Amino acid sequence: MPPTPALKDYAQADVNRSLTPEDKIHFFREMARIRRFEQTALKHYNGGKMGGFLHLYIGQESVAVGTVSLCGEHDHVITAYRCHGHALAVGMEMNPCMAELFGKATGASKGKGGSMHLFDPENNFWGGHGIVGGQTPLGLGLAYGVKYKNQEGCCLCYLGDGAVNQGAFHESLNIAALFELPVVYVIENNGYSMGTSQTRSSAYKHCLAQRAEAYDMEWDVVNGEDLYEVRAKTQIAMERAKKESKPTVLEIDTYRYYGHSVADANAKKYRTPEEINQYRAHHDPLRLWRRRLVEEGVLTEEQADAIDKEAKQEANASATFAIESPAPEVAEIFDDVYWETDNNTEAANTGRHFFND
Amino acid sequence: MRELLYRHAIREALDEELARDENVVVMGEEVAEYNGAYKVTEGLWDKWGDKRIVDTPISEAGFIGMGIGASMLGVRPVMELMFWSFHSVAFDQLVNNAANVRYMSGGLCHCPIVMRGPANGGTAVGATHSHCPEGLFAAFPGLKVCSPATPADVKGLMKTAIRDNDPVYVMENTLLYGTKGPVPDPEDGDHLVPLGKADIKREGSDISLIAHGRSVLRALEAAETLQSEHGINAEVLDLRSIRPLDQQAIIDTVMKTNRVVLVDESKPFCGVSAQITTLIQEHAFDHLDAPVKRVCALDAPAIYSPHIEDEQLPNPKRIIEKVLTLA
Ligand SMILES: Cc1ncc(C[n+]2csc(CCOP(=O)(O)OP(=O)(O)O)c2C)c(N)n1
Repeated sequence: MPPTPALKDYAQADVNRSLTPEDKIHFFREMARIRRFEQTALKHYNGGKMGGFLHLYIGQESVAVGTVSLCGEHDHVITAYRCHGHALAVGMEMNPCMAELFGKATGASKGKGGSMHLFDPENNFWGGHGIVGGQTPLGLGLAYGVKYKNQEGCCLCYLGDGAVNQGAFHESLNIAALFELPVVYVIENNGYSMGTSQTRSSAYKHCLAQRAEAYDMEWDVVNGEDLYEVRAKTQIAMERAKKESKPTVLEIDTYRYYGHSVADANAKKYRTPEEINQYRAHHDPLRLWRRRLVEEGVLTEEQADAIDKEAKQEANASATFAIESPAPEVAEIFDDVYWETDNNTEAANTGRHFFND
Repeated sequence: MRELLYRHAIREALDEELARDENVVVMGEEVAEYNGAYKVTEGLWDKWGDKRIVDTPISEAGFIGMGIGASMLGVRPVMELMFWSFHSVAFDQLVNNAANVRYMSGGLCHCPIVMRGPANGGTAVGATHSHCPEGLFAAFPGLKVCSPATPADVKGLMKTAIRDNDPVYVMENTLLYGTKGPVPDPEDGDHLVPLGKADIKREGSDISLIAHGRSVLRALEAAETLQSEHGINAEVLDLRSIRPLDQQAIIDTVMKTNRVVLVDESKPFCGVSAQITTLIQEHAFDHLDAPVKRVCALDAPAIYSPHIEDEQLPNPKRIIEKVLTLA
């Protein structure tokens, strides 16, 4: 892991000083909701209720909640397959998210996307993408769209520490700087890409965000366990995007507690139990935030427990909703392939798009 | 009707659509200041400026992905690939993002983007510059693919493609850019050619030659010789669009002539012609008087040698020989 910079209290940063107690409690609630959602999903995945992969976000909650908390009307979010945290943070309801994991017709993508492909354009959330690094040029495009429409906004594009080695990411950085696009690339450095530690995947081991210098771009490293720091540094990057139309690379240090996905057979092999326990015990963003709010007198332990309980209940209810929801009809396999097929044009009536018959 | 060069017909389509919809942008390598590697976009930058006509770095995955992302927000990018052979550099964006985003989002997102540029060989540019990937992309549900043969068709299809709400890949051909043909006058109204509608380029009764792209011109040449030297009256069906595919037109022509030779500049193995052969055997088998035959590019990477390159392609000589085996 790259060294975290000298500890500084970001509670006094402008963007945090103006927070009301309700705002701070809201962040706690959002992080708790993500955690409970993930734990519930894990339980049902292990119960054989879901297909494919389940990439849990547990341990990284402060990144999604902290960064997304700064988004306004014209800001957009796009991420990779570890997307549940971002989806809930942007305002997606648990029910459609959970039902999507279960592959049900009531899922956000009607059961067509699955865990890795959550979308919510109404909340400016553009997925959920399964190809490592493949979303990075799309993030560029969202920023391009914002600029083209003369809006004051930007795109937050998330990627992992493994994705920084994809060519598409390097191409994106070059174009972002060349075209002066309002994009903030947020590298969620959880130390591992699947079973490969960051030091074994990147030639320059010291810092990933610094690669931005090669593209004449600003960058920063963020301690992800502190929500105040996440917000303070992300805000600077977003301001740069909005006011100067300049991109930034942020590297946020964080950690995932579970395997790469729940199906990760080697989850306990490439990291020592000591390492994992160390993070859980001392660097957990949810517990640190909770403690902080109690110290600040914003929240009592009882209130925190109550919020957590509500989150757990909400997650359980979403699982019940998902379980009770119907699966998609087989005929729906052909929906949502082509716009015009769904919008009943002449071509739709003749079914010329499909080669099945 | 006035005659236009194929390249100018495309330019006219772009120009008209740029004027019609301010969300349309033209993007690609050398499309702006340089005036287009094939002069297709000549003059557009002067007229529309930096915002609408955008030069990109040589960065296919980067700029095509950017176009796809922008299209999700309502921009309507028309992306030039300097050669369709370079699709491989951006393949992830072309097939994982453009083709899938609508489906994976359960219809919440769509990508109104056009990818265009020259496919195919014929200009002695060797194997890395002669790919003919229309069948490849037609294999991905979510994408639309067309391959217009004439100036009128390329103009009409390009305009349709730009207005379409799905990703449309328009495969042009370097050797077609300099061909001329009648194109309806803009004064006479919007010239639109629908996707998925084939066109009979030559009526005939003895055999059907089914082709798309430049192969249509080769089939037409062959048909003239077949008529004058062999008394065979061939019908030439131009598919124009590969996906959506005009299945009815294919079946109709087979029912009319009962014999068919497919002319396809892509490779035979898993190619467009293989798909059409299947279609015919499933839907019109009883109407065939002879097996379906194909004239494709010979199944090897594109050869450089300008002396024999044309032998690898479905040239009129090969078409005629194949037709005569059925006579
Ligand atoms: C192009 C591509 N290669 C490989 C994979 C398989 N894969 C999925 S996630 C992953 C690890 C990526 O790690 P990182 O970018 O650090 O993100 P994290 O999982 O830590 O969030 C791999 C190898 C893939 N989905 N796409």
